[in-house]
Amino acid sequence: MQTWSLVSICVLLAIIARWGVSLNSYSGAGKPPMFGDYEAQRHWQEVTYNLPIQEWYFNTTNNDLNYWGLDYPPLTAYHSWICAYIAKTINPEWVELHKSRGYESTQHKLFMRMTVLVADLLIYIPAVVLYCLYLTDGSSKKKVSIMFCFLLYPGLILIDYGHFQYNGVSLGFALWGILALGLGWDVLGSMAFSLALNYKQMELYHALPFFCYLLGKCIKTGLIGRGLFLLVRIGVTVLATFALCWLPFLAEPSQAMQVVRRIFPVARGLFEDKVANTWCSLNTLIKIKSILSGDSHFTLCFLFSVPQCHFKVNSSLAFFLFSFQVHEKSILLAALPACLLLNDLPLMALWFLQASTFSMLPLFLKDGLLVPYIVTSLGFLFFSIYLLSALDHCSEDKLRLGAYNKLFYWLPKMDLFYISIAAMVGLSIATAVLIPPPHLPDLFPVLVSTTAFLHFLGTFIHFNVVQFSEPPSRKSQKKSN
Amino acid sequence: PEPSSAAGWASVIRRISLEVRFGAARSTDFEVHRNWLAITHSLPVSRWYYENTSEWTLDYPPLFAWFELGLSQVARRFDANMLQVENLNYASPATVLFQRLSVIVTDVVFIYAARECCRCVREPKGSRDVLSRPSFVLAVLLLWNFGLLVVDHIHFQYNGFLFGFLLLSVAKHLQSQHLQGALLFAFLLNLKHIYLYVAPAYGVYLLRSYCFAQDNKDGSVRWSSFSPLRLLALGAIVTSVCALSFGPFIAMGQLPQVLSRLFPFKRGLCHAYWAPNIWALYNVLDKSLAVLGVRLKLLEEAELPPASMTGGLVQEFEHSVLPSVTPAVTLVCTLLSILPAVASIWLRPHGAQGFLRCLLLCALGCFMFGWHVHEKAILIAILPLSILAVESREDAGIFLILTTTGHYSLFPLLFTPAELPIKVVLMLMFTIFSFTALRKLHSAQGSLLHPLEVIYLLGLVAVAIACEVVFPLSPWQQRLPFLPLLVTSVYCAMGVCYAFLRLYASLLLRREEKPKQL
Repeated sequence: MQTWSLVSICVLLAIIARWGVSLNSYSGAGKPPMFGDYEAQRHWQEVTYNLPIQEWYFNTTNNDLNYWGLDYPPLTAYHSWICAYIAKTINPEWVELHKSRGYESTQHKLFMRMTVLVADLLIYIPAVVLYCLYLTDGSSKKKVSIMFCFLLYPGLILIDYGHFQYNGVSLGFALWGILALGLGWDVLGSMAFSLALNYKQMELYHALPFFCYLLGKCIKTGLIGRGLFLLVRIGVTVLATFALCWLPFLAEPSQAMQVVRRIFPVARGLFEDKVANTWCSLNTLIKIKSILSGDSHFTLCFLFSVPQCHFKVNSSLAFFLFSFQVHEKSILLAALPACLLLNDLPLMALWFLQASTFSMLPLFLKDGLLVPYIVTSLGFLFFSIYLLSALDHCSEDKLRLGAYNKLFYWLPKMDLFYISIAAMVGLSIATAVLIPPPHLPDLFPVLVSTTAFLHFLGTFIHFNVVQFSEPPSRKSQKKSN
Repeated sequence: PEPSSAAGWASVIRRISLEVRFGAARSTDFEVHRNWLAITHSLPVSRWYYENTSEWTLDYPPLFAWFELGLSQVARRFDANMLQVENLNYASPATVLFQRLSVIVTDVVFIYAARECCRCVREPKGSRDVLSRPSFVLAVLLLWNFGLLVVDHIHFQYNGFLFGFLLLSVAKHLQSQHLQGALLFAFLLNLKHIYLYVAPAYGVYLLRSYCFAQDNKDGSVRWSSFSPLRLLALGAIVTSVCALSFGPFIAMGQLPQVLSRLFPFKRGLCHAYWAPNIWALYNVLDKSLAVLGVRLKLLEEAELPPASMTGGLVQEFEHSVLPSVTPAVTLVCTLLSILPAVASIWLRPHGAQGFLRCLLLCALGCFMFGWHVHEKAILIAILPLSILAVESREDAGIFLILTTTGHYSLFPLLFTPAELPIKVVLMLMFTIFSFTALRKLHSAQGSLLHPLEVIYLLGLVAVAIACEVVFPLSPWQQRLPFLPLLVTSVYCAMGVCYAFLRLYASLLLRREEKPKQL
């Protein structure tokens, strides 16, 4: 069958999966007074549409920053403005200043879900399709399989279409950036990535690899001459993109500072909720929070993250594992590069992706998304195992352990995989069904995040080993990934 | 074969997820089946066909009632309250879960039947890419059939289960196991009497090709080869199944009541939404003549009956200009329409393939001319046609037309805005697959569709956009709310009629093959 028909069928299936999840509940449904992320997005539409731009990030009588104040960079605000404009034409009640707080209706939910789908269709899905068709190698059937599994990654679907966010936009832009770099269009790539950064500041997780790669490329082509020219072009593009996005806020320095303060709230604590983070896990053993003060937290994190400059997965994982103020949703940023690895290391990639979805289970339970979680995870596991023959790829050279093989030969890979899946299933059922003992009310979320942390740590070590054990000729190819 | 089983598993996941995500309790069919669970569980057998607390009375044959009784034993463990007859529109989460699970589980029959059908398909010689093998294409066409997914999983019925029986019976006949096929069909007929549509095909085929063990050299009947033993076997099978199903009711003398429930001719020529058959075209002709007559002052507007043929409630009505149609008329038309097909397999049987073709023509004929036909009945023709489509180029062309129009005519079944993306995306998926897969299968023999046919099908897209997008935003929404339904059924009726005629042509003009010895 022709590739285009296979691709369209896969994309349509992915859309069905997304719309199916959409019909379920969202974060904060029916839970006044604060509701959840869904209400936050609706509120931002209300704020951006009704208030002048200068007031968006400031605490004014009309704009109470304690009730879901804007804490993403300006591109999110512009996106909310566009959605609000459309919302106003359909039903002005949805974005009426102050009066529309906590507005919930089936029509409105449909509208909000539609905005996510449209954004996905315009930005994320084309990036995935083009990436898989042009930057992966293998037969066309293999490419379509990878694309399909990529699109079916449950974590992103559940967060964007269930919990309710627009991660598809920022991840999509980042993916366009990666795609452009892979095709050699560095300037466009840097522009795309700047757009991603201006949409969500969490894309900083991916910033280091981008920066290192581009800098490395400039140095390689010679810092005097073409390399310098390239560096200048990239620098100008990035600055121009940032300037364009921040234009309304550059009139006054106080405006820009306020936006920065909203985007990077260093005043908050080391971690929120139970996140599969080193600090969180360590916290169960030592009460780190009480020992160190706020500033020293920050420097510690930074020190840990700097060495991992090259491999994107490693860097984003490192950030996640050791960073400051991490939401469990940030694992999505590590998941994106993992999806890119579905071609080379199918087993590890899908193992990691499944673990990342599992790590967000407490969040899904809070949002009433248990059933979509089960169905999408099962679907993802089934399709990726069947289509990518992932279980066949566990021989030593396929796992690319190279020289470190002798160190890990005693680890029974396949058994570990099955055990971990069983553990995830078991914990999922337990968290959903059992009631924790009264003196340990957070038992299950903590168990979930600790298990997930172990998985992430394991994957982190494995990917590091793979990266450092590769022959140098492949390394330069890998850098473009 | 491996890929077909993968297709099977994938379809299981798809069905389960469709059920789970899209299944909503608001479909009336959901309440219908809950009511039947309650009736069969709580009331004595003698009251089953008399009960009318709810408007959704039991109107399927008794074997289905026994099936519901069996289900109700399991339902008891989920939520006993659903089994109270008085609990109208009861839809607790446990009830919904149970009902949906029951559809998923009974779908196993359908998946098994699809597998059997795939085994009957001839594989052409030469190694082929897995995705282009006829058995794989057939598996996907059956398991991922848009109409079945929509009707069963989003709308709620047990069609997967019933069609499983039909396809299994057809597969058995194709494999020359006629007694099993007859048994399965007897079961099917007693589960849902709509399959009477295709009973003539079974009757004539079995009589002609099974009871007469041999044919003459030129294909005509050899009267001397009549085998009373075979006839007896068939008779025994049919009678015993009917006895199992109707027995208790005949014993209680309730047969007339049961029959009146099964065949409620009071219901009107057309369903609330016109099925795309001849009578839809007839109605439109009548309406346009009436409007024309009033414009040209040939008729008095006061003389015309009120325009409520597409009203929400089913009711009887009269035509204003053309003669009114009674049930007797539809019966005669139906019989006339299937007569040539049935006669053809009597005079010149073409073996099991001819039987399948005749079955399709009977199904389509009854669909075209029947009384109070549901648009869902088009699936009785579409599903078996898939088997022929993967083997012959001409049938593939007919299949594409019939399927695309038939599936599109199911669109009005899902009318909420939340379901719009689902039905559009599912329809696109199935259409893209059927077109590309069948084209690849028959690529060696030229194109599948005539340009005019392609234009007609593209017209469907225009109709879809007009009905789903343009119409709701236009001023006619208030004045003529049923216009999109009318346009849909009329446009699809043309496609269905065309497919009907082409199928007839392919049966009657077929070159004779040597009839098989049974």
